[in-house]
Amino acid sequence: MTSYIALSYWDLALASVLVLIDAGLSIIFGLKIHRSLLVAAIRMAAQLTLVGLVLTALFSLVSPLWTGVAVLVMILFAGQEVMQRQDRRLSGWWSFGLGTGCMMMSSVLVTAFALLTAIRPSPWYDPRYAIPLLGMILGNCMTGIALGLNTLTTSLMLRRASVEAQLMLGATRWDAAAPVTRDALRSALMPTINSMSATGLVSLPGMMTGQILSGVPPVEAVKYQILVMFLIAGGTGFGAVAAVLGGVYRLTDARHRLRLDRLAALQAT
Amino acid sequence: MACYSWGVVAGDLNTMVEQKEKSVNCRTARPEAPKEPEPPFQTAAPLLQVCDLQTKILKPVSFSLAAGECIAVKGPSGAGKTLLLRAIADLDPNQGLVSLEGRDRSTIPAPEWRRLVGYVPAEPGWWAETVGEHFGEWAAAAAVLTNLGFPEETKSWPISRLSTGERLRLALVRALIIRPKVLLLDEPTAALDAASVAAVEAVIASRIRGGLAVLWVTHDAGQARRIARRQLAVEAGRVREEVGQ
Repeated sequence: MTSYIALSYWDLALASVLVLIDAGLSIIFGLKIHRSLLVAAIRMAAQLTLVGLVLTALFSLVSPLWTGVAVLVMILFAGQEVMQRQDRRLSGWWSFGLGTGCMMMSSVLVTAFALLTAIRPSPWYDPRYAIPLLGMILGNCMTGIALGLNTLTTSLMLRRASVEAQLMLGATRWDAAAPVTRDALRSALMPTINSMSATGLVSLPGMMTGQILSGVPPVEAVKYQILVMFLIAGGTGFGAVAAVLGGVYRLTDARHRLRLDRLAALQAT
Repeated sequence: MACYSWGVVAGDLNTMVEQKEKSVNCRTARPEAPKEPEPPFQTAAPLLQVCDLQTKILKPVSFSLAAGECIAVKGPSGAGKTLLLRAIADLDPNQGLVSLEGRDRSTIPAPEWRRLVGYVPAEPGWWAETVGEHFGEWAAAAAVLTNLGFPEETKSWPISRLSTGERLRLALVRALIIRPKVLLLDEPTAALDAASVAAVEAVIASRIRGGLAVLWVTHDAGQARRIARRQLAVEAGRVREEVGQ
């Protein structure tokens, strides 16, 4: 089981030559990307080394408090990312709060579900399981919520006349926004559905590959991957439904009016 | 706070000026005030009462509209005519007191209010592929559509192939078959030829004779005289009643 091959720093140095060759090609062809390529490569190495140290500390502590802090930091970064991916943001705290709140709710719920039912490590919050699992669910949930909210706000603006036409004829805000809500939810869940149907044929998921490289029998690694795919689908679904319905709630009001004035003014990019 | 209201009898032009001076307290329009028995058509009892209605742009406006009455709304583009209609239909945030048959608007759920006080915008919206899907009950629509020159197969027409004039008339029918008590029309004949204008005016006039109250935005002075005896002028967000044309 534990027959994985440890890498030495010389192995990494040798592989980094490939990046240097890329940089050389950039100079030869005058692409002018060698600088950003090298900066990105160095950032990647530094960030991952740092994460490695943090995870080492977390895994040796096995403290519910510090695991919780790490989870919170991950969710806040994901919330920032969701906000940045919006063409038109909600005004005020909603722009950060809605996406972040929904991700927190769904990813923590689904991770806890997996830890308490399927994986059952001891203690259940063992960061060696909790952190990677949450990371995978959160990453996909983030993409789904960002897409769903973006589709909701842009199509409410584009299809304002059609939504208001239904309101004028006496539809409730939920009925009038239903076609737009459906589109937003579909686009939120599409990446998950696509990745589930392509997995194994087109791509081998990173987690499964990692487990196989570390000596886990493929059939066992596949079982883990199937579990994770189900968790991702569930987490993305809950999170996206909550975020999109929350968005509809915020962009309409109790008198069943469409309130596009609650979108922040368009910023120059 | 006192609020000035013109409870004008439809067609009673002679008394219009003196009635204008009469002030009506907004509070008497509250639902808790003793309610008159259902008024017969063509009486002075206001069907729709608007008191100090205002939005961010619209200055406070007060007027009342009786059953079977039509008021023309005119004014330059961008003056706030559409905003006035949207505020009455409660489509934009607004303050003030609006009541229908003595019932305060805030006590009526918004979807129900919009079925009682219908609004047809200048550029009506569509949410499905074909005409028929936008009408709850096609049989009710078909009768009115015939009067406006539409054939029976209109039901299966795709929305994307309709002309602006067809869209306006279909949106009008869509609002009429809900049988609202008040109808707010935003330039319903703007893109129509003379024959269609006459047909639309005839359809609405027959509804008005049946008790429908109408607020009709129009740029055409001749049309304003044909359809209404009272006129509201909107300019830079201010609304005033024009007396004695």
